[in-house]
Amino acid sequence: MSKKTFQEALSSGKFVVTTEVGPPKGTNIERLLSAIDLLKDRVDGINVTDNQSSVMRVSSLAICHLVQEKGGEAILQQTCRDRNRMALESELLGANVLGIHNLLCLTGDHLSAGDHQDAQPVFDLDSVQLIQIAKMMEAGKDSAGNELKGAVKFCVGATVNPGANPLEPQLLKFEKKIAAGAQFFQTQAVYDVEGFARFMKQVEGFKVPILAGVIPLKSPGMAKYMNENVAGVSVPDRLIEEMTKAENKEAKGIEIAARLIKDLKGVCPGVHIMAIGWEEKVPEILSQAGIG
Amino acid sequence: MAEFEPKVVAFCCHYCAYSAADLAGSLRLEYPANVRIVKLMCTGRVDASHLLKAFEAGADAVLVAGCEEGDCHFREGNIKAKRRVGYARKLLREAGLEGERLEMFNLGASDAHKFAAAVNEMTERARKLGPNPLRISREHRAKSIEQRAKRTRAPGTRAPEKPNERS
Amino acid sequence: MIVAERKPFTEIKEMLSGYRKILILGCGTCVSVCMAGGEKEVEILASQIRMAFEKENREIEIKEATIQRQCDREFIETIRKMAGEYEAVLSLACGAGVQFVAELLAPLLILPGLNTRFIGVAEAEGVWSERCRACGDCVLSETAGICPVTICAKSLLNGPCGGTRDGKCEVDKDKDCAWTLIYRRLQEGGKLEKMRKIHPPKKHGVRIYPQRQVNEEFKKEVKSEK
Repeated sequence: MSKKTFQEALSSGKFVVTTEVGPPKGTNIERLLSAIDLLKDRVDGINVTDNQSSVMRVSSLAICHLVQEKGGEAILQQTCRDRNRMALESELLGANVLGIHNLLCLTGDHLSAGDHQDAQPVFDLDSVQLIQIAKMMEAGKDSAGNELKGAVKFCVGATVNPGANPLEPQLLKFEKKIAAGAQFFQTQAVYDVEGFARFMKQVEGFKVPILAGVIPLKSPGMAKYMNENVAGVSVPDRLIEEMTKAENKEAKGIEIAARLIKDLKGVCPGVHIMAIGWEEKVPEILSQAGIG
Repeated sequence: MAEFEPKVVAFCCHYCAYSAADLAGSLRLEYPANVRIVKLMCTGRVDASHLLKAFEAGADAVLVAGCEEGDCHFREGNIKAKRRVGYARKLLREAGLEGERLEMFNLGASDAHKFAAAVNEMTERARKLGPNPLRISREHRAKSIEQRAKRTRAPGTRAPEKPNERS
Repeated sequence: MIVAERKPFTEIKEMLSGYRKILILGCGTCVSVCMAGGEKEVEILASQIRMAFEKENREIEIKEATIQRQCDREFIETIRKMAGEYEAVLSLACGAGVQFVAELLAPLLILPGLNTRFIGVAEAEGVWSERCRACGDCVLSETAGICPVTICAKSLLNGPCGGTRDGKCEVDKDKDCAWTLIYRRLQEGGKLEKMRKIHPPKKHGVRIYPQRQVNEEFKKEVKSEK
């Protein structure tokens, strides 16, 4: 894959693929580094999660830097949970200085879900305001209106959950994110392509690229767990059945993920693969989907 | 404490338990004589503080006796009393007394046997648990004051023989 | 009202070690209503402490008193003399009351008997719930009378997070998602366009702690009757 920036890939008209890695809890990063090696030339961007699931880990910025060093295109995830506006802005400056120019703005899971439940939740900003501030900083000012010596440059993204119930408040927030300056979206995991196509129809007027989330299934149990516990995710029964019947669950999970990607090609301009521990299987999924 | 005769306080509703107690007397039913009855117009009048104070005053067991659920003359006084009894039990345990010393009973005005059985049950419970721990500490304190007084009253004389105990 | 709850009994007992003569002081306003520190709670706590101490053969003399408000000078003055006869005051007021009593009766030692929790309402008999975070910049006109700062677990100002599910909160399945509530009420009232407005970040600069408010027209010098 040629060395295009993520933003160039988004505007090139090609089917965009991003994936993500989760920094480890501790300083052993060998496995993460080898995952980055496997992924960096197969995708257009690698998200690095920010204390995902409210579990304390290596900082997103540090790992993004390693991704860039290895020649990958890092997408810095920033949540509003752990940093006030001052810390977030300083992190954005730091990212730019290190050559990281892609940013995904998230609210962040609540601390009650994670391993630091007694910490103070921050939420000084919300995701809409964080997008706004990133854009203000591009215009050369920080959120307090102070001049920056050197503005930032970011391709700013956000998330949307097409399976949210009720959907309308989610859509209203989606519109606000676009108004604030969001240039791309990554979605929660999609398993029902037809339902997702209906969502895409609803938002087709907005002209902002939406990358559909893909989480490869590892077992029927995982599918059921997500159905019960993850907001907006619904794995159809037929996929659960397919997984149950399969003798080789791993191969089946990869096959289903590849099929989803193929089906999504006609529906949206790209996908975002969240492998959750299966990072090394992403190249195989892409090959089966006929990408790269 | 072989001769320990528990003191029981019974908070009784005028419309049921109090009449039942009266009837038990008329029927000459046997129940311990040292039950102290506090008559209320409804057990809904009972407050956690009343129950605690009964124990503070030295009761070994306390019972609250109200109408059968659904039969309260004030609709739900007995239901409220039941909740307060539960609350007071928690408070008692925090203070270091056994919650089992306190119980709520429901009965009708003619349930003389039920009343006698309730008093008997609480007396038995207190017998098993032993006297209210506050009474024990009070007696203990009273004894030590008495001993101290004896010692000071007879200076120079031989101290009373110490009981030969190793505890 | 300010909603508080009594500290665990063991903690109160521990706090009182070393004292033989204490005053338990109730507060007749908010904490009376939420059944944490009114006259009745003073009575119950005193009874419990007496029993617990007596059981352990520890001596303690307890005086019980309740004043209308511990956050108001005039009521505290009424107990000044009496309080002076005790080694410590166990105050069953909110944190504000405890501090004001401590300030006015210094150097007398004041101990807190409650944990102060939130500004809330009496939702039902025996149930209180939080409604206001005292942010100093009310947005209720924009959010159909439902406070996103308080009711949303993340205090989000611009709509629901991705964790909301079937109208419930990501943090607790039994709690309503504030933004779903706001959305529904705005929709019912035909004011959904309010949800399109982007709310800027809160101006926390207006709230430098501790806060103070002065009404110049009514300001009057006060002196304690020492």
